[in-house]
Amino acid sequence: MTELVDVRTPNPKNFFPGEDHDWELVIGLEVHAQVTSNAKLFSGASTAFGSEQNSNVSLVDAAMPGMLPVINEECVRQAVKTGLGMSAVINKRSVFDRKNYFYPDLPQGYQISQLYHPIVGEGTITVQVGPDKAGKFETVEIGVERLHLEQDAGKSMHDQHPTMSFVDLNRSGVALMEIVSKPDIRSIDEAKAYVTKLRSILRYLGTCDGNMDQGSMRADVNVSVRKPGGDFGTRCEIKNVNSIRFMGQAIEYEAKRQIDILEEGGSIDQETRLFDPVKVETRSMRSKEEAHDYRYFPDPDLLPLEFDDAYIEEIRASLPELPDQKRARFMEEGLSEYDASILVSDKSYADYFEKVAEGRDSKTTANWVINDLLGALNKAGKDLDNSPISPHQLGGIIDLIKADTISGKIAKDLFEIVWNEGGDPAKIVEDRGMAQVTDTGAIEAAIDEIIAANPDKVAEVREKPKMIGWFVGQVMAATGGKANPKAVNELLQKKING
Amino acid sequence: MSVDTATVKRVAKLSRIAITDERAESMREELNTILGFVEQLNDVNVDGVEPMTSVVDMEMRKRVDEVNDGNMAADVTANAPAQEDHFFMVPKVVE
Repeated sequence: MTELVDVRTPNPKNFFPGEDHDWELVIGLEVHAQVTSNAKLFSGASTAFGSEQNSNVSLVDAAMPGMLPVINEECVRQAVKTGLGMSAVINKRSVFDRKNYFYPDLPQGYQISQLYHPIVGEGTITVQVGPDKAGKFETVEIGVERLHLEQDAGKSMHDQHPTMSFVDLNRSGVALMEIVSKPDIRSIDEAKAYVTKLRSILRYLGTCDGNMDQGSMRADVNVSVRKPGGDFGTRCEIKNVNSIRFMGQAIEYEAKRQIDILEEGGSIDQETRLFDPVKVETRSMRSKEEAHDYRYFPDPDLLPLEFDDAYIEEIRASLPELPDQKRARFMEEGLSEYDASILVSDKSYADYFEKVAEGRDSKTTANWVINDLLGALNKAGKDLDNSPISPHQLGGIIDLIKADTISGKIAKDLFEIVWNEGGDPAKIVEDRGMAQVTDTGAIEAAIDEIIAANPDKVAEVREKPKMIGWFVGQVMAATGGKANPKAVNELLQKKING
Repeated sequence: MSVDTATVKRVAKLSRIAITDERAESMREELNTILGFVEQLNDVNVDGVEPMTSVVDMEMRKRVDEVNDGNMAADVTANAPAQEDHFFMVPKVVE
């Protein structure tokens, strides 16, 4: 066990309130990320999700006697790539160990993992926590202790039969990367930001799809509490949390539970706990306690995993632009830190934005993507992959504003029409006569009419120039909102104030 | 190194092997004889010697990332003591 080092300065902003004094949370995360690959870590069976029970199972995965594991080179490459994406040490020699325990979903009776010599060593993930009320982000560096490759277990179902559990081994032997953080996390927001950032890095790299609904990413959460800046407390490990929201709830519940015990003069038992998302509580998993003696030893079926510098450099050269680099580039291209951070937070956002921004003003594009599109998607409970508006269509709307064909206000209506009905924005504007009136003659006629009908208002405006807004509103109404607001303003000024 | 009866029982439990108290006692003696025999290896000086992982000097063979196995749920579950619809069935285990 490596010695725990505290690299953070206590920040009152992160403290958790207690009876007599504040408490500081210390959190470490073990994230299990399913490696994106066609075949499993040590067999040629498929990794596809949602297949018929036990159809993606080879005799190796079912641990039939005499079967031998042969490692999938793509899984090795993906692990190295992920390590490089976290600026981590890549170990040119690593070793697979057997972690022994009995469970019905583990046919071998052991999991092939890497305890003593993992493929990836220490690294760092830079996390943006926020935004706060002022739209600012706090940058926090979270240390990564290690990343190792291991096999996933099968799946048990308990609700199919009164006395029996059903076991499906399709997931058995699928490659996982276990990414272990250092105990550098000090608040729920930081924990959420860490998982969000890690997920984003994995998705940019294409090494894990980050799909938490399908279990492609799950976290074991280690939580302890202490007096701010004091010695590390005793930790509890909450197993298998499968959403970022649940993780926040689990940490909050667990922190309160531990603080209550300590404030009543008790002490924390180091134990494994389970999060129940229905009752929103953590519970002790007593059965896991004894199983903790895993009797690790090097797997005699597998030689050490070795590669050279050239292999690492070849993978390094293939790395895509990562979220931090992309954010820096977006900011150089004129986006605010807020906009850039939102856009890079999910690879699908950045990809969409870049498609629309191609040849268009990036600030305007960012506003439309973040405020209008992401806002509407959020409201509708959809994600960007299922957006009713394509980058091409959104680009079309922005082009119409740029060309002064429609006003910003009409553009919002147009956005809604495209959202609900689809179609080519330019054609919709033409067919429905939504183009703004730039013909000053037509605007002038409308203005003259309104001025003639409201002499009292004209007098009022001459007293109070701010009243001109009333006229602008009238002209817009008279032209069905299609008059160019700038032209209306100029003409009004001229006609009323001479 | 030697083991006591409690350790023998614990290892048996971790290995899911049922043993009686008498058997644990005789097992302790047998295991200690074996451990004593193996302990002779400690006389060999292995300072600076890397653990041997293979008798032949070779690199680990790797497979390409190709699906070329599976799709035999009936075969996989054929020997299961209980199965239904290609699921393995085991006595209920719930946390």
